Amino acid sequence: MTHYVKAWILALGLILTPAAAMAQDALPAAPDVDAAPAAQNVEAEAPAVEEAPASGLDPALYTPMKPTEGVGMPVDGGIDFQPQVSPTGEQAKWINNSILLPLMAIVCLLVLVLLFVVVIRYRKGANPEASKTTHNTFIEVVWTVIPVLILLVIAVPSISLLAKQFEPAPDGSLTIKVTGYQWYWGYGYPDNGDFEVISNMLPEDEAKARGEPSLLAVDNRMVIPVGKPVKLLVTGADVIHSFAIPSAWFKLDAVPGRINEKVLQIDKVGVYYGQCSELCGARHGFMPIAVEVLPEDKFNDWVRANGGTVKGDEPAEGGEPAAEVAAFDGMNIQGASAGAAVAVN
Amino acid sequence: MTTIAADGQIIDDHAHDADHKPAFFQRWFMSTNHKDIGTLYLIFAIVAGVIGGAISGMMRLELAEPGIQYLADWVGSGASADEALHLWNVLVTAHGLIMVFFMVMPAMIGGFGNWFVPLMIGAPDMAFPRMNNVSFWLLVPAFILLLGSTFVPGGTGDGAGTGWTVYAPLSTSGSVGPAVDMVILSLHLAGASSILGAVNFITTIFNMRAPGMTLHKMPLFAWSVLVTAFLLLLALPVLAAAITMLLTDRNFGTAFFDSAGGGDPVLYQHLFWFFGHPEVYIMILPGFGMVSHIISTFSRKPIFGYLGMAYAMVAIGVVGFVVWAHHMFTTGLSVNVKMYFTAATMVIAVPTGIKIFSWIATMWGGSMTFKTPMVWALGFIFMFTVGGVTGVVLANGGIDDNLHDTYYVVAHFHYVLSLGAVFSMFAGFYYWFPKMSGRHYSELLGQLHFWIFFIGVNVLFFPMHFLGNQSMPRRYPDYPEQFAYWNEIASIGYAIMAVGVVIFFINIAWAFIAGRKAEDNYWGEGATTLEWTLSSPPPFHQFETLPQIK
Repeated sequence: MTHYVKAWILALGLILTPAAAMAQDALPAAPDVDAAPAAQNVEAEAPAVEEAPASGLDPALYTPMKPTEGVGMPVDGGIDFQPQVSPTGEQAKWINNSILLPLMAIVCLLVLVLLFVVVIRYRKGANPEASKTTHNTFIEVVWTVIPVLILLVIAVPSISLLAKQFEPAPDGSLTIKVTGYQWYWGYGYPDNGDFEVISNMLPEDEAKARGEPSLLAVDNRMVIPVGKPVKLLVTGADVIHSFAIPSAWFKLDAVPGRINEKVLQIDKVGVYYGQCSELCGARHGFMPIAVEVLPEDKFNDWVRANGGTVKGDEPAEGGEPAAEVAAFDGMNIQGASAGAAVAVN
Repeated sequence: MTTIAADGQIIDDHAHDADHKPAFFQRWFMSTNHKDIGTLYLIFAIVAGVIGGAISGMMRLELAEPGIQYLADWVGSGASADEALHLWNVLVTAHGLIMVFFMVMPAMIGGFGNWFVPLMIGAPDMAFPRMNNVSFWLLVPAFILLLGSTFVPGGTGDGAGTGWTVYAPLSTSGSVGPAVDMVILSLHLAGASSILGAVNFITTIFNMRAPGMTLHKMPLFAWSVLVTAFLLLLALPVLAAAITMLLTDRNFGTAFFDSAGGGDPVLYQHLFWFFGHPEVYIMILPGFGMVSHIISTFSRKPIFGYLGMAYAMVAIGVVGFVVWAHHMFTTGLSVNVKMYFTAATMVIAVPTGIKIFSWIATMWGGSMTFKTPMVWALGFIFMFTVGGVTGVVLANGGIDDNLHDTYYVVAHFHYVLSLGAVFSMFAGFYYWFPKMSGRHYSELLGQLHFWIFFIGVNVLFFPMHFLGNQSMPRRYPDYPEQFAYWNEIASIGYAIMAVGVVIFFINIAWAFIAGRKAEDNYWGEGATTLEWTLSSPPPFHQFETLPQIK
């Protein structure tokens, strides 16, 4: 089935235009600097895993949580929004599914029914003599005023949702600095010793091995405590990226030179995936976001496993630098390249 | 709108064969005739549409199942994975730019506008015939620059992979090489072409209406082109400024959009969308005009609420200039700004609703026939409604947070453009093709084209709402396998639609080979505008004696 469809599309594409052929010829075999061995056959380049397969963190303090199927990720053939796990997300989903969707359906059905009515009643066979009516002030006022009223009905919950989304986090909330890079994410924890977690996409086979969805799983997740407002400061290092967590109705652009602030609160322990949502270059589709939401004590353990500090802990002797930051150097970026290359086969 | 009766004697004057046409080269390459230039625009738009449509076919092929199947082959052996992925962005960019600047705009404004605005207002030609020719011939090098940009380096690989929005800093520091510069120059030329065209239309419509044709008696298509021309005139210079700043940021060390030098990448987005939002109305307003005539003709009834229809378009044009930041809801706007743009955007639904209901009221009480142009117009009304209501959803800043930059947005703008603007263009094409060519097309093939295309585009674009709800981001060459089901359906829809397009071309060929000769007014009593008082095709020069409007 699929192959027939593809063959058809390909055939039509080729018939319809020289563009397809042009695109094939267009790109000269430029000398390939960073992925020379991958040139002929791009598949199955071994991921450059330099650390222990799991997370590289002390397993006594933290082991990555298994995601729940269908939560925090899309589902096969799904048509509705992902289950919402944040207060504003639940509200937004409710507004869409209980107010907007029914109104949209009613408007579309009204137009469709009216079209059927005119097509049947006023076809030439049924109505050989056309009327000459061109004005009816009453009906014109009606179809101006009723849409205005409908929009007011929409505007009230919509504006209150906006206001709620912009409520600032209470003083003392955990702050996380999210930085978009080409093409991975960095999560800085300034309240916890200012370590930064570098988050690259996992190659497909490794994601499968860990029981995570491919193209969504990452090596190091952003971890936050459950049920607490977290202040996210989002910025971009090179070009604009966009930090998105669909199950929390959260999306904020990572703009170089700007720090965008928004509150993220997730009320359910679990793993929630998202994907970069602003075109940022070649590997735009391969820098997913994974957020792991843990109870406060587990979150603190994760902080400690990363060499960070937890409020109330004894200050660590010598202040060991954050492991992840130290590990992040040129080699690691190369590792990321190899990881993404696996996707192309 | 009034029923217009031209002086019968004047029409007879055109019947004699005094209009000698210039020789081939002079006629088609140095043209100053609005009808010939309109034909050139239409041919250009069809060529560009085929290329842009084939690019979308490549994209649907790659997206038909998860994984990267074809990009590596298309980019050629010896290329890196990044070059293959860059090609994806080049396809996305080229599809968007071609469809917007080289298909819809040339067809709507350059093609149908050039052909029928002078005919409808009773003018012998456009106000500035030679400038009209410049407008068209600027588009050709613009298109060559755009296509040529895919052969030169653009950062990670060849071609500009910035998206049609050309956001900085991906388009500045993020794309090394001449490709993006070529795209910018291409947009400059296309923009200059459109500005000249807009000047021409405004002058023509204000100064060259036949005696007795006041603005309030002017056909709605001329109204729609007038409003569109003002939008072009006001919006395009802002685009030109924005992309000039991109050019200097890229090449001359300025920092308009570079935060390291005190600039701001978001400034580019404000400038771009100040142009970009009116641009979407530029693409649909002439369609509104055409659909109005078609509905009226085939209902044998004058347009319902003519003045309301005309001023609804003016209102859409005006409000269209103050809603741009709804394209930027996730860039970090403040709460008050988001609230304002939410409210302002929703207001546009009101004049749009007036238009939809007025079309239905025009048919109400009519005596309708369902020839090819009419079925396209009816399809347009419903599909545009579907695209319109999802627009109301996206207008809500708080709701948009989740849907922004997902396939829901792709579904929305393809419903209003690919099913709205394109349906109206096919409607207009079938409505006027015998008038332009003097030949009838096959009614059967026209109907077949409609039904196959209608089914195809709905199968293609409706599942994208679901993908968007599930948060599949735009501009992705690959996706988690949970998205596979609806992506495969969408690709099947593309194949169905493509069959419809093939039928369209067969129909055109059929018309030229075997089509009946078209009468002056082949639609009968419902067609009341001035072009129907002329022969099919109209004489090379018409209205040498101006028609008098009652």
